[in-house]
This record gives sequence, structure tokens and C-alpha cells, in this order.
Amino acid sequence: MSLETEISVRTQVARQHAAAGGPRGFVRRYIFSTDHKIIGIQYYFLALVAVLTGVVLSILMRLHLAWPSLHLPFVAGGIMTPEQYESLLTMHGTLMVFFVLTTAPQGGFGNYFLPIQIGAPDMAFPRLNMLSFWITFASFVCMLSAFFVPGGAPISGWTAYAPLSALGQVTGPGEGLGQTIWLVSIGLFCMATLLGALNFISTTIDMRAPGMSLFRMPLTVWAWFVTAILALLSFAVLLAAVVMLLLDRTAGTSFFVPAATVVSEQLERHSGGSPLLWEHLFWFFGHPEVYIAILPGMGVTSHLLSTFSRKPVFGYKAMVWATCAIGLLGFVVWGHHMFVSGMSPYSAFAFSLLTLSIAVPSAIKTFNWLGTLWGGKLRFTTAMLFALGFVSIFVTGGLSGLFLAQPAVDNMLHATYYVVAHFHLIMGVAALFAVFAATYFWFPKMFGRMMSERLGKLHFWFTFVGAYLIFFPMHFVGLAGGIRRYADFTAVAYLSGLQPLQRFITWMVFATAAGQLFFLWNFCWSLRRGQKAPANPWSATTLEWITASPPAHDNFAGDYPRVYRGPYEYSVPGAAEDFVMQDSLPAEKGAGQG
Amino acid sequence: MVAIEATQSIGGAVAVRGKNGEDGSGGKGRYGGDGWQEAAGGRRVPQRAYVTGMSMGLGAVLMFFVALVSAYIVRKGMPGSGWVALPALPRILWLNTLVLIASSGALVRARKRFRSGDEVGFRRWWKAATICGVLFLAGQIVAWKELAASGVYLATNASSSFFYLFTAAHGLHLAGGIVALVWVLTRPTGRLSPRTATEVAAMYWHSMDVLWVFLFSLLMLAR
Repeated sequence: MSLETEISVRTQVARQHAAAGGPRGFVRRYIFSTDHKIIGIQYYFLALVAVLTGVVLSILMRLHLAWPSLHLPFVAGGIMTPEQYESLLTMHGTLMVFFVLTTAPQGGFGNYFLPIQIGAPDMAFPRLNMLSFWITFASFVCMLSAFFVPGGAPISGWTAYAPLSALGQVTGPGEGLGQTIWLVSIGLFCMATLLGALNFISTTIDMRAPGMSLFRMPLTVWAWFVTAILALLSFAVLLAAVVMLLLDRTAGTSFFVPAATVVSEQLERHSGGSPLLWEHLFWFFGHPEVYIAILPGMGVTSHLLSTFSRKPVFGYKAMVWATCAIGLLGFVVWGHHMFVSGMSPYSAFAFSLLTLSIAVPSAIKTFNWLGTLWGGKLRFTTAMLFALGFVSIFVTGGLSGLFLAQPAVDNMLHATYYVVAHFHLIMGVAALFAVFAATYFWFPKMFGRMMSERLGKLHFWFTFVGAYLIFFPMHFVGLAGGIRRYADFTAVAYLSGLQPLQRFITWMVFATAAGQLFFLWNFCWSLRRGQKAPANPWSATTLEWITASPPAHDNFAGDYPRVYRGPYEYSVPGAAEDFVMQDSLPAEKGAGQG
Repeated sequence: MVAIEATQSIGGAVAVRGKNGEDGSGGKGRYGGDGWQEAAGGRRVPQRAYVTGMSMGLGAVLMFFVALVSAYIVRKGMPGSGWVALPALPRILWLNTLVLIASSGALVRARKRFRSGDEVGFRRWWKAATICGVLFLAGQIVAWKELAASGVYLATNASSSFFYLFTAAHGLHLAGGIVALVWVLTRPTGRLSPRTATEVAAMYWHSMDVLWVFLFSLLMLAR
């Protein structure tokens, strides 16, 4: 049997498998599925539920901040207590950081598109992938259950600083069972993320199609790959910290509780641990976590700006190296979260310098995004608008980071709304803009139908203007000394003057949240009634667009691609069309698929 | 033309590997030849993916223990830490360490037999390694009991907390390793070739061995 015959026989066998369409039966196909596409969608919907919950919590907080004596029908006791406010704050942060910003960009879109974009039939370890999702799901259910236990949800913030988080019920409502549940949930989340990360890395290294060299990978794949490495190295550390904190709470150890801790005039029986140790371990995870949330967004933005400018990414390799540099630097700057912890000024100086140096790869990225846009034939689709919005918000949120990176300035601003404004813009809003951009861009591929551009644009303008109107004034609240985590600004004389601004922010939250209804409506309506999507609606070049919309069970219906080109060959001189697919043969320019 | 040959039957599975390659991924480079194993369900996963996956998993395990160990060093070095060193560590730990090293040695032998196609020898040595692993865990529990009998518990002081934490975390990881060793001997046919299965299981096992030697040295030398 010659090589050609054998390959063709094998291709036929593979086609037959693909035609069979994977497992039958609803449960195997849609619930306990090993198909990375289904798992990606599962992650996406999990994040959607989490983000809606998180938004409801933030609306409750904003209501209380604007009108502290307001009677809320669904709050036990009518008027929200400071402790209830803190538990909302804790759960808002936790849900958003872990279950939205970590799951949607990486677990959702990464799962769905990484294998397709590198020409693989699935992840390297499909069953492990399924396990990752279901552990994440269990973790999510566990986290939500904290609302319903005696004492309610924990009040120690998403950072769970010890000793507040280490001593149990005595430190406040929610610090009993609620905090323990929180820790168990985060421990589960760590394990799920570690399994997911090792799957992403192995898939990228070993499952690439013939011809898909590292520097032919789309920048999205690079971003997911580097993100997975960050997740692998940082979540393992968080897991260790969580185990130790759990032992402090349940087994009487004193890893994080100092000697002679007195709470509510009661001496705690603990011997000489260190709360700073928790902060170090937590932020060693916590800072890379910021990049875990934002790097996939950078990848998506690069991908979309190129596609909708009809130009190659400006400085592709520089983008790859900048991604790696941001990932690497992300591991050596955790101390900037701890400038006010009493750390030595020399350490603070080192952390400050390293933090400021992140501006270099970030500036390279921004410069290259602008370079990609420059002179392009811009197409202002909704996806493009959100990608442009990402660049805008990334710059705005990043600039305030330069102020906070300096210990002297940070000392003044650390516990204020300035920090809240900074991290919401750079980590929350920017990452969500990328998620929206990715949704509008890939919805046709994932669900086989187009989303409404008209509703999409309405959604974009509401969100873009709304986000700025919410978070820009927060900088001034912070500069005026508005302390974060305070439940009631009217209780403090010097802060009560800020109340009109607080109310303005709350009104803007209502408007922006209402604007998200356009998205939800668009999403649900398009799922059923959207225009049927062709295979390549955006005339894009990467491998996901050679597949059907939605793709077959094995992605390529047995016809696995061979890659001959880089990922962003737009407006190639002499080509028949203004884009050349990655699997087009080099000899026949623009002649379709090889 | 890629020659696929069935080499030997281990645990009921048929070993499939390329003639040119070490691990079934074919010997013609990434793009030449057929580096893919066509397995049940039409899926194609190269065997080296399992090695990569195990390396990454070990990276995560390493970071987990790096976090614990750095916590230990920081806690011990804290000014005014009131650090109380453990009384002499149970002497059975030395024996356990030897047993674990012996287990790694047995595993090396087993893989050598595997490569030379001696299935009986492979199974004998592999079982020996597994039994040594179980003995090590039993020995660790004995060590715990000895410590507890002398009144040193998890919450007694910082050094005892770290001792129990290190040994328990390592013991759990090693127990996972024992499951993997048993699984290699008994597993049904799968997408993982026996050669790769033995390779990744051995990678994990040796790493846990080295990790223990490191933790034990740390507990001995930096009490």
C-alpha cells in the first residue's frame, strides 16, 4: 500500500467517524460531553450566569451606597447592614474574578477555538477537559451555596485576608461556615483550572496541524497558551495557600494567625503565624490572575483589529514577545499589592520598578494595535467596535496603574476608590469588552447564526459610554479620600459631600445594566431567529473559518487541514481577494483551500 | 510509508509504535509521516502529548510544593517567630526513604525489562515498585503515630504543623502515584500505548521520590 493510498484510506475512515457526528444521546452529547466545543459553550453559559449574579450584587451595593437608609424588600431586616454589604462585595469580587474573568475568555472561547485554530480535532485530553468543567461547575454551586448557610456569605473580600478569614464566626457573620465554603469552592476551582491549563498547554504543543508552526499560530492561540502557563504556575500556589488557611480554620494550626490575636475582647488560641504570609501567597497568585483575565482579551483584540482593518497584524512577532514578557513580568510584581503592608522601602522600590516596566510590553501592544489600524480599510462591525473599546479602556485603565505602581502615591490611594476605578477598567471592563467582541465575532461559528448588528451597536454605545461614566468619576471619589469597602459614606462627615457623585454613579450603573438587556435579547433572539451564518462571514483567514458553522464533531469533518501561511494574510498584493486562508496552497494565490 | 507494528501485549492492550520513533509519534518530524495514532473514535492524539501533559502536571505539583516550602522558610525565619524545632524526627523516616528509593530502582528495572520485551520481568519489577510504595505510605503513618504518641500533633506548633502538612501532601500525591502504577498493570485498551503509560507513570513516580528526598532533607537539615 503506497503512502497516498494509506492516507486516503485513513481520511475516509476519519470521515466516516466524523459523519457519525460523535456520541448520540442528549446526556453524552450536551451534558457530559468530551467535545471541546460543547465544553467551551458550557463554560460560556456558566460565566453568563455568574456575570448576571455579579451584576445584581453590584446593583444592590450601588443602591445602598447612593441611598444608605433605603428599605430593600429582599434584605433581611430591611436596611442593609455593613456586614451584609461586605458579603455582597466579597461575592461580587469572587464571582467576577474567578467565575467570569477566568472562565469566559479562557475556558469558554479558549476551549472552543484553540483546537480549531491550530487544526486539531479536539483537545489533547478530552475527558480531562470534561472533568475540568464539571469541577468548575461544582465549585460554582458550592460558592453560591455560601449565601444560604447560617451567617451567610463571607465578608473578607475576594482576597480573604487573614486573620479575618482565619478565625471563624467570631470575626463576623459569614466568617463561619460561609468562609469555609468559600475556601472549599476556591480549592476546587484551582484544581479545575490546573487540569484545564495542562490540557491547553499540551494541546498547543502537540496537537498542531502539519505546517502550523509556532509563529503561524493566531495571536489568540498565543494568548491562550501563555495564559495557560500563568494559570498552571499561579493556581497551584493559591491551592497551597487555601489548604493552609483551611487548616488554620478547622485544625487549629497557626500558619496565618499571629500570636496574641484578640477579637471581640477574646484572646484567640493561636501561636505566632503570619498574616503577611497569606498576602504574599495570595498575591503571588493574584497578580498573574490579572493577566489570566486580560491576556486572552489582548489576543482577541489583535485578531479582530487585523481582520476588520483588512491588514496583517502590525509587528506579529513583537506582539508574541510582548505577550510572553507580560506573562513573565506578571510573576515578579505581586508586591505592589502590598506597599502599605509595612514592607521594606527597598522591596517596594524593586516591585515598583518591575511594575512600571510592564508599561513597556503594554505600550508595544498598544502601538502595534494602532499600527494595525493605520491605513486599514476599517469595517466597523460590532465586534470591531468592542475591540476598539478594549484598546481605549486598556489605555485609560493602564495609565492609572502607573500612578499606583509608585509606593509614595499608592500610600495615599491604596484603600480608596481610585484603585477600584483602576482595576475595574483594566481588568473588569477591558476583559468584558474582549468577551463581548469575541461573542459578536464568533457567535456565527458557534451557533450557526448571525447576531443583529443593529442591537449590537446599541449595546456597544450603552456599554462604552456607561462604563466610562461609572468608572471615570470613581477616580475622583478616590482622590477625595473615598475609602473602598465603606458601606455608608454619609456616616463620615468629610465623605458625605461626595454623595451626589455617588448617586450619579449609581444612576449610570442602572443605565449601563439596562443596556445589557440589548445584548441578552440579541443573544437569545439570534440563537433562534438570526440569519443563517455562512462558513466565513467576516472573510477571515484562520482555520476556524474553513469549517462549517457550527463545525462538525471533529471540527473538520475528517478533512484535516495543512497550513501553508501565517495567520493574518490580508490585502496581499496580487491575491484575488483581500484575504488568503491559512491553508491555501502557496502556488495558487487566493485559490481557496488546499 | 509509516510502519505500524504491534510489539507486545501488556495488560491486554496492543502496543503500537512507529518503527522510527521512540514513542509512537513517528520518526519523520512534526510534519512528515504520520505522527498521529488513529485510535478508537477517529480521534488522533500523538503519544508525546501524554508526556507533555505529565510534565505540565508535574510543573503544577512543583509549584504547589514550592509555595508550601517557601511558607516554611518564611515562617521559620520570621523575626521573633518563636520557632520550636521538632524533637528528633521518627527514625522510621530513614527506612521509609530507603524503601522509596528502592521503589524507584525497581521501576527503572521494570522499564528496562519492558523495553527488552520481557513482559513477565516487567510485571514482577513493576509490582515490586508498587509494593514498596505502599510500604512507604504505611511507614509514614507509623511515623505519624510515633510523633502523636510523643504528644506532637498538627496544631502543637509551627514546625509540627509544617511536618504534618508536608508529609500529608506528599503522601496524597504518592497515593495518586500508586493508583497510576496499579492502573498501568490492569488498565483496559485505551488511546495511551503501554509504552507511554509506563513512561508517564514512571515520570510521576520518580518525581515524587525526588520530592520526598528534598522534603526529608529540608525537615532534617533546616529544623
